Amino acid sequence: MSGIPPRLLGVLGLLLAFLLVAPAVLGKYGLSVLILVLYFAYVGQAWNIMMGFAGQLSLGHALYAGLGGYVAAGLFFHYGLGPWAGVFAAVVAASLAGAIVGYLGFRFSLAGVYFALLTIAFSEFTRLAFDHWSWAGGSGGLFLKVDGSTSLLNLRGGPVLFYYVILALAVGALILSRVLLESRLGRYWLAIREDAEAAQAVGVPVLRCKMIAVVISAALTSLAGVWNAFYYNNLFPETAFSMGRSIEITLAPIIGGLGTLFGPFIGAIVLTGLGEVFTDVGEYLGIPGIKQIFYGLALLAIVMYRPAGVWPWLAGRIGLK
Amino acid sequence: MTQDFLLSFAQAITKGLLTGMVYGLMALGLSVIFGVMRVVNFAHGELMVVGMYLAWAAFEYFQISPLLSLPVIAVLFFGLGYALQRGLIQPFIGRPEHQQFLLLLGVALVLVNACLAIVGPDSRGVQLEAQFESYELGPLVFDAVRLHAAIAAIVIAAVLWLFFTRTRTGKAIRAAADNHMGALVVGLDVRRLYAVTFGVGAACVGAAGALMITIIPVTPFLAAEYTLLAFVIVIVGGLGSMTGALMGGLLIGVSEAVAGLLADPSLKSMFSFGLLIAVLLLRPQGLFGPKSSS
Repeated sequence: MSGIPPRLLGVLGLLLAFLLVAPAVLGKYGLSVLILVLYFAYVGQAWNIMMGFAGQLSLGHALYAGLGGYVAAGLFFHYGLGPWAGVFAAVVAASLAGAIVGYLGFRFSLAGVYFALLTIAFSEFTRLAFDHWSWAGGSGGLFLKVDGSTSLLNLRGGPVLFYYVILALAVGALILSRVLLESRLGRYWLAIREDAEAAQAVGVPVLRCKMIAVVISAALTSLAGVWNAFYYNNLFPETAFSMGRSIEITLAPIIGGLGTLFGPFIGAIVLTGLGEVFTDVGEYLGIPGIKQIFYGLALLAIVMYRPAGVWPWLAGRIGLK
Repeated sequence: MTQDFLLSFAQAITKGLLTGMVYGLMALGLSVIFGVMRVVNFAHGELMVVGMYLAWAAFEYFQISPLLSLPVIAVLFFGLGYALQRGLIQPFIGRPEHQQFLLLLGVALVLVNACLAIVGPDSRGVQLEAQFESYELGPLVFDAVRLHAAIAAIVIAAVLWLFFTRTRTGKAIRAAADNHMGALVVGLDVRRLYAVTFGVGAACVGAAGALMITIIPVTPFLAAEYTLLAFVIVIVGGLGSMTGALMGGLLIGVSEAVAGLLADPSLKSMFSFGLLIAVLLLRPQGLFGPKSSS
């Protein structure tokens, strides 16, 4: 807690109090929107560790979310193994995938766009493999039984259950990010992000630090995948490993403020809010694609006028810096 | 039996080579833009799809064959690319990659969904007499449309090569790509050259779109696929290399056709992405790129 301005601490406390009682206050629709915000804040936070802190651009994070979801859902579907146990297998699978992608990319010193393309390639490759893998349901998808029961043990239940799970994840990821950033490892990451060669020269173990960033990021992302699989009860390679899913994961932190602690959360609020408004506008106008046009224009406007993200600007404006 | 197989194999390769030329032209646009400005055009497939729609509309409403509307589309796309670079992208040159990525993602979303809003999600194609014609060379059959498209793509690539090697502007663009600071020092208007480059890159992909519509019908959903395909081709061929983009296009065209013949057609992209991973790791400068990247 040290080093956080008391005013910010106060705002966070109020926000957390609101989020804790939100299901009692908000209607069904409000809760579903809040769930989306927290989901994007959480995966954004996970992605931010790799890109925002360690400076490694991944455009293939759907790989880790998809693997996590498929492993946990597959174990539950085939062997009735509950997600609280399956999640360990999911984390192991995603961490391993992250380690492989990271090791190959870093070992062969791919940087920037080239590394990003490598992450895309692995994600797409896995998507096509899952299309043909019958254990995982192939391209027809994997469906979890919905029997209306509520069981925390098997993560079966209504939106409120999933709301609290994703809230816990989002808060946990925020705290973890803060702890990491304040640690020696976090400082190493920032050094690597700013200038990897200089960091190497002064003795930062660059390869090891990058590997840790990828593995932590992949592991956290896989938890979101597990959550996603049990919340929506279905998985298709076409969506779970899609480029669109990967892009979606990157947006909240970039829009909110790359490398900042609250960027992913602010970005998730902005994006989900815009998405909901544009969906309404699109339905009102009745033109297909109009929602995405507005969304694209909003992205353009934000990156042109707030290229460093919304949070650093907002924090300055409301005196929370 | 083996004779039949060999023939259909040769047939698949021919088909792949012809389609691959159009792929190559598409990827050429991406490669030129990256080679000069170090900007990755994440809206490339979207531009391709817009080109396909324009050629389709010219045929549907004015009965102009895509091969004839191609020059007009190329000029329009040059203007579009020029304006995009001037108005949107220029301030982002040299900025962090994720900002360029977000900017072009916004452009891509607007372009592809404008197509969706105007034309709708159904696939649109052109009906040409040439689609039923073919040329025969010994036992091999060449689809007329594919052959025409491939020849047109070669001609355009040749024109581009002449532009970059023989004209003052082309040489100046290459100079600016080789040494940005040096180009500024000798007084080249680098901003204008960049806008011309983006225009040329867009013209390539617009022309490729006009050719592609004669081969397959267009839907908005092709856009993302083409963006990825263009990435695969330029990386495999060598990002920033003109010959690399064309050779990469041929390689991917052939591999797709052969994979479609030998295995499940959906496996064809798996091969492409496998190849992409192998090239990125073992030869990041591309199969046809310069010997050393450093």
